Amino acid sequence: MSYNQPVGDTSLIACLHCDLLQRIPELAPGASARCPRCNKELWRHREDSLNRTLALTLAAVVLYIVANSVPMLGLTIVGRDASTTVIGGAQHLWDNGQKIVGVLVLFTAVVAPALQIGLMLAIVLGARLERPPRWVGTLLRYHPTTRIWSMIEVMMVGVLVALVKIADYATVIPGMALFVLWVLVFILAGMSASFDSREVWERVQWADEAWSDADGNTVAEETS
Amino acid sequence: MTAMQQGLQSCEGCGLLSRPAPGDHEGRCPRCDEELAFRKPASFQRTWAYLLAATICYIPANVLPVLTTTTAAGAESDTIMQGVVLLWSPTGWPLSIIVLVASIMIPSAKILALGYLLITAQQGSVANNGQRVRMYRMVEFIGRWSMVDVFVDTFTAALIQLQPLMSVEPGPGLIFFAAVVVFTMLAVESFDPRLIWDSTSSKEVTYA
Repeated sequence: MSYNQPVGDTSLIACLHCDLLQRIPELAPGASARCPRCNKELWRHREDSLNRTLALTLAAVVLYIVANSVPMLGLTIVGRDASTTVIGGAQHLWDNGQKIVGVLVLFTAVVAPALQIGLMLAIVLGARLERPPRWVGTLLRYHPTTRIWSMIEVMMVGVLVALVKIADYATVIPGMALFVLWVLVFILAGMSASFDSREVWERVQWADEAWSDADGNTVAEETS
Repeated sequence: MTAMQQGLQSCEGCGLLSRPAPGDHEGRCPRCDEELAFRKPASFQRTWAYLLAATICYIPANVLPVLTTTTAAGAESDTIMQGVVLLWSPTGWPLSIIVLVASIMIPSAKILALGYLLITAQQGSVANNGQRVRMYRMVEFIGRWSMVDVFVDTFTAALIQLQPLMSVEPGPGLIFFAAVVVFTMLAVESFDPRLIWDSTSSKEVTYA
C-alpha cells in the first residue's frame, strides 16, 4: 500500500462523522469549530495545551501508582476482616473460574489506564521537542483506543454500588486507594480536556519522508 | 461536497486529508501512517456481526445468575434484575436506579439503536440525518457505563469471602453480560457514521 498525496493545506479537512469538506478556521485559544452539517466538534483550540497536559499527566502517574499499591476496600464483620485492591478483584475472578472476565477487569481498570497515562506522558514530552519525531505520531494514533477502554470512572461507580451492597452485611472500611482513585478520575478527565491533538499533528514529523526536507520541515505542495 | 466525491480520504487517526494514487481505493496516511479508505472497511458486515453476537449473549446475560451468595442457610443466585431489586431500599434506591439504567436499559437501547442505524443507513434513508448521527454519538458516549455491573460483581465477590459464614462468587451470567458490553462497544467502533449521510450527499450536488 503506497502513501497518499496530501492536499497541501492542512486546514482543509473532511468531517469524520459526515464527510463534509470544509476549512477549519484559525481559532483563538479556548474557541471551537463545529461541522455546519452534523454539528460534530472538529477542533477546540486548547489554551497552553502542552504545559497543562504535562502537569496533569505527571499528577496522574503518581496517583495511579498509589491507587494500585494500597487497598481500596476493606470490611470487618464479627472480628474478621478482609480487604482488596483493584488487581485483587481481577485476580479473584481469575482464581474462581471467571478467567476471561478477570482479564477484562484487569484490562479496563489497570492496563488501559496505565497505557492511557503512559502514552500521554511520552506524547507530551515528545511534542515539546522543536520537531516532534515520528514515534510521537505513532503513539498519538493509538492513544484514543486506550481512552475508550480505560474505565476507571465506571469502576468507581461500580465500587460505590458494591460498597452499599456490602454495608448490609458488614462494616465497610474505605481504603486509601478509594479516595486516590476518585481524584484520579477528575485528573484524567482534565488531562483529556486540556490536550490538543491537532496542535501536535501540525508539528509532528511525517511518516512519508517524501514530504520532509533535510530539516524535517513539511514541504507538501498544493495539489488541488 | 464530500471528501469522497472529490476522491479524497480523511484520516481517522490524525485528520489529514489526502488523495490516493490514481485508481486506488486505499492508501496510507502520509502523516501518521494509518491505513486509509473512503469508508471504514466492511463497516455494515462487521457492525452487524458484532451486534448479532451481542444480541445472542444478551439472553443468557439476563437469564443466568451473575452472583451466587452462600451462607450457612444455603446458596442463593441472583440475576442482574434480581440484583436491582435487592438494592432497592429507602436509602439504596438511587444506586438501584443507576444499576437499572446501566445494566438493563443502556445495553438494550444500544442494541436497538445500532440496529436502527444499520437498517436506515443500508436502506439509503435521507430522513433525520442529524438525529441519527446524534444517536450514534450518544451510543458511543454511554456504552462504557454498562460495565458498572461487572465491577460491582467483581468487588462484591472479592470482598465477601468469610467462609464458612458467608461467601459470594461470580455466576455464569457474568461472562455473557461482559460480552454484551464488549461486543456492542466493538460494533460502535466498526460503524462508520458517514454512511448515514452518503445517500443525502449523492442527491445534493453541492451542499448549501
